[in-house]
Amino acid sequence: MILAILTAVMVVSLIAAALAGVLVVSEHYLNDYGRCRITINDERELEVEGGRDLLSLLTSEKIFIPSACGGRSTCGLCKLKVLEGAGPLLPTEEPFLDEDERKSNVRLSCQVKVRQDLKIEIPKELFAIREYTCKCAEITDLTNDIKQFRFELVEPQTMDYVPGQYIQLRTPVYEKSSEEVYRAYSIASDPAQKNIIDLIIRLVPGGICTTYCFEYLKVGDEVKMNGPYGEFRLSETDAPMVFIAGGSGMAPIKCMLHHMKNTQNKRKAVYYFGANHPRQLFHLDLMKELEKNLPDFKFVPVLSEPDNGDNSKYEKGLVTDAVRKGLKNASKSEAYLCGSPGMIEASIKVLRELGMDEKNIFYDKFE
Amino acid sequence: MNELSHAFVVFISAIFTQNILLSYFLGLCPFIGVSREVKTSFGLGLAVIFVMTSTCLLNWLAYEYVIEPLGLHFFRFILFIIIIAAFVQFVEMVIERFSPSLYQRLGVFLPLITVNCAILGASLFMVIRDYSFIVTFGYGLGSGIGWFLAIIAMAGIRQRLAIDRIPKGLQGPGITLIIAGLMALAFIGFTGVLSGN
Repeated sequence: MILAILTAVMVVSLIAAALAGVLVVSEHYLNDYGRCRITINDERELEVEGGRDLLSLLTSEKIFIPSACGGRSTCGLCKLKVLEGAGPLLPTEEPFLDEDERKSNVRLSCQVKVRQDLKIEIPKELFAIREYTCKCAEITDLTNDIKQFRFELVEPQTMDYVPGQYIQLRTPVYEKSSEEVYRAYSIASDPAQKNIIDLIIRLVPGGICTTYCFEYLKVGDEVKMNGPYGEFRLSETDAPMVFIAGGSGMAPIKCMLHHMKNTQNKRKAVYYFGANHPRQLFHLDLMKELEKNLPDFKFVPVLSEPDNGDNSKYEKGLVTDAVRKGLKNASKSEAYLCGSPGMIEASIKVLRELGMDEKNIFYDKFE
Repeated sequence: MNELSHAFVVFISAIFTQNILLSYFLGLCPFIGVSREVKTSFGLGLAVIFVMTSTCLLNWLAYEYVIEPLGLHFFRFILFIIIIAAFVQFVEMVIERFSPSLYQRLGVFLPLITVNCAILGASLFMVIRDYSFIVTFGYGLGSGIGWFLAIIAMAGIRQRLAIDRIPKGLQGPGITLIIAGLMALAFIGFTGVLSGN
């Protein structure tokens, strides 16, 4: 009995091995296209072993093209532009490409075999999403439950992102969590410093990632993040802007303000920062400096529970009250909101009452 | 009935009355996914005919001379699958290297059908029904042609549908499956013309 099982297993393995051998040998002689060079967006070059399809080659180089069918030419998601070296359009691709796409050399990357040097174009957003290894460089207390974390990018060394976008921070396995988790945080740093990513994080009681950041992460530790993601960004109009964000919601707004300073953006901007108590305010010096350095920017802290000290320099009440008071007519303005869903919904309601068009309200909900 | 006429009957019935796609619903994934244009379906259909015929014969040989004598029946799924996969890969490489024009018309479809269950299904049916080598040839070829006819017909219909107005919820695979069902009903109409088991 045991002998029979053993022979059976042996025979099957032998047949499989023989077939694999035939394939390996024939692959070596038939499928040898040498080293090929892939030029991406005219800025990056990859040297790869030819003979495979473009999609899997790019994936193994950590450039992730969306694909649902895994290269069987049934989903049509893995489109990208191949400018040179792809050969004629294959019948497997035709059903997925319309007239315009064919004219502009769009191909299905799972069907394009790399047999010679290629020149390809990948949408910037896809190309930019990568995994970054970084080092925690600085941890600053902002309030009793909000800290700012500074990370220096180690590999790759710079990240190209649009102010307002976010990254996903990886929390490794540690005492309080048995699996890796990823959490999204908006980038708060000055985009001019391309190898620095600042995150503003509020401690969520019991939160896996925030507990890790607050209690375990030390300066000098290595962490991984990937990104950038997100569509929250400044529009390219000249409309006056209203920013509304409290707490850690300041992160993307701070990044946008740095960017406005760097590009000397002349748009009128007011930032309403809502908090309960003066001790929940932070980055006041930075905001003062931005007020000085930006052509037309005002920072308005709003407190709902002022203490007994000197509160004359703050607005009082809810942040939406201050917006109502400060912004008589919002019909020509744009709003950028960031924070909890409750705060965002309340703000949208007030802004609409003040005459703002809903399509001019941009927001990033922290959920 | 002698061997040849048996093979012929099996051949015809595999095309019509026992169409592997429309009576057994095997190989549906490429049938739905790659049936938007007649031209593409034509290439895929040809590739299926070729692969189905040749792998049925290969698997028949493997069954007759390895699996059966050694009593490896329970391993036949695995063996058939790896033989099919290896064969398809090998053929693809050969075509790609030596005939770019044939590769463009036929070769590109080969990887799509390596894991097509109709291909494995045909090999398994041939074993269950105890076909001889000649009959297996008729069966493999017939099943391939049957699959080819079904996908060509579907692609023809879908090309016309592309310019028709279809309710939103039914667009794409939805209407395709309904059409496949209607086509299957039509093909069942052939039942009784021949019985080719």
